[in-house]
Amino acid sequence: MPNQIDISGLCVSYGETPVLQGIDMHVTAGEIALILGGSGCGKSTLLKTIIGLVESTSGRVDLLGENLNELDQIQQQELLQRIGVMFQYGALLNSLTVGENVALPLQMHSDLEPGLVTDIVRARLHLVGLDHAYSKLPGELSGGMRKRAALARALALDPEVLFCDEPGAGLDPITAAGIDELLLTLNRSLGTTIVIVTHELLSIERLDGRLIMLDAGRVTFSGTVAEARQSPLDIVHHFFHPESPT
Amino acid sequence: MVEFRADREGLYLGGSLNLDSVAGAERLIRAHLALPGADARRLQLDGVEKLDTAGAVLLRRLPHIAREYRVRLEIGPLPHQLQAFFDFVDLPDPAATPMSQPPGLLENTGEQLLQARGRLMGFLYLMSDLTIASAQTLFDRRSVRPGSFSDQAVAIGSSAMPLIGCILFLIGAVSALQSAAQLRQFGAHLFVADLLAIGICRELGPLMTAIIVSGRSGSAIAAEIATMKFTEELDALRTMGLDALRFVAVPKMWAMLVCVPLLTIMADLLGILGGVFVAITSLEVAPAAFITRAGEALILKDVLTGLVKSVSFAWMITLIGVYFGLDFRGGATGVGHSTTAAVVASIFGIIILDCFWGILFYMKI
Repeated sequence: MPNQIDISGLCVSYGETPVLQGIDMHVTAGEIALILGGSGCGKSTLLKTIIGLVESTSGRVDLLGENLNELDQIQQQELLQRIGVMFQYGALLNSLTVGENVALPLQMHSDLEPGLVTDIVRARLHLVGLDHAYSKLPGELSGGMRKRAALARALALDPEVLFCDEPGAGLDPITAAGIDELLLTLNRSLGTTIVIVTHELLSIERLDGRLIMLDAGRVTFSGTVAEARQSPLDIVHHFFHPESPT
Repeated sequence: MVEFRADREGLYLGGSLNLDSVAGAERLIRAHLALPGADARRLQLDGVEKLDTAGAVLLRRLPHIAREYRVRLEIGPLPHQLQAFFDFVDLPDPAATPMSQPPGLLENTGEQLLQARGRLMGFLYLMSDLTIASAQTLFDRRSVRPGSFSDQAVAIGSSAMPLIGCILFLIGAVSALQSAAQLRQFGAHLFVADLLAIGICRELGPLMTAIIVSGRSGSAIAAEIATMKFTEELDALRTMGLDALRFVAVPKMWAMLVCVPLLTIMADLLGILGGVFVAITSLEVAPAAFITRAGEALILKDVLTGLVKSVSFAWMITLIGVYFGLDFRGGATGVGHSTTAAVVASIFGIIILDCFWGILFYMKI
């Protein structure tokens, strides 16, 4: 399988503070990659750097075979149409209804007639279980519904890679499990590559993807959940056995 | 690239059926269905090589589209490798997706009237609550955080002094210039002092000060309270057993009631000073003569009516800022709407109050 994300020697700093220090990692097509780590270890910064929202200090990031930094604005926009991003708090546009939010990328990037756009939006909302929320405003939705609506929007253009920042954070266990199941279904049925930033143990075990663990801006572990459970590394051991004495 | 052809066997659709090609595919199929003669057709899909959600949704829509042309269209099977994807993209029954319809004219008018009535009642409740709470705070200060009045007074009063002073000085100067140009024709340019002193103290000083304060502090009050509501800070205050209205709004009300009249006095003086500057530079009137003339023209009533106006303007600006802050709905755009609405409504309210005071004080019946 080809690599859809290739990162080598990636460093990112906020002012004088280094956040990522020489990250090397890759994600292959059809894989579920879980980026883990404690708060402030650089997980979200890594995700934002891959999708071009944060500029790297040095190193190289190839997304779908292209280095975002080497592309002009139009090429970047074309590349970004091939990915979907589900933000931590949904990031739905509050002035638009849920249906309009999901339709937005379709309207902006295609010449489909309105009836077809509406039906694609309905299909996407049906997939995430939000048929009834088409005309609702984001302010009228619960946290879980907002995340599912954000997922529907991220899937609007059939992305090759789906990025999710803390998909289960702040949700009850049942809703969080529902979102995990949905991500697994997408991966299995459509072969979508999924990159998830999380530190929820239950979610990590349910998704059972390849783990990439960060600590202080460096990759400290890469492997399966089973391998992580057996890892002799302190940081990995404490992450998976938080109840054990330090 | 999508391929479409029709022969005696039926219809054939092949190639890539994706976001880039479905619009063209739908046009081709519609054009064929519109031709006379065919009432039942089978669409063969063996040649479809690529399929995405847009393509799958089009295939699910085709039988409904065909019914528009009174044609019964049967969709053939997809190649095996695409069938699983097609099954995954399920199009729900339209009844499962309720879509809001825009209201009719009558319904819309009725709703607007009901909303206006609700807003008016809400504003009147707030007016009485905030006025009573502010008065009670004079005797019982426990519900107000110590130091909050001085913080607000600095934000509303001291910080606004340079801006208001500068604007009123310039307005005074321009007014003197404009009126002198007319009065000079009659050799009455010394009366510029009378005109300016009375005009500034009665009208321009209080009015301009209030408009600047509403743009500067009224909007800030609305934005602050809207953000506090959005971030659940007001709920947090309530859960701490505090009266959120008193805690947040009363210090702002008192700071406004104290600062706006003081700013108005400063504005009056600087406005007249602007006139003195013009008198020296272009009217050839001695500053002492200008000030003496202005002092003779002014009576206590002119200054007092200006101050009464400024107190009422301060009361109005705070009430409207607090009202639109509490009326906040939605997210980031909601804060923007609250702020804009507060400024527009404040300026409108100030003008209405100004008219009211003008009629009360100066209209001879």
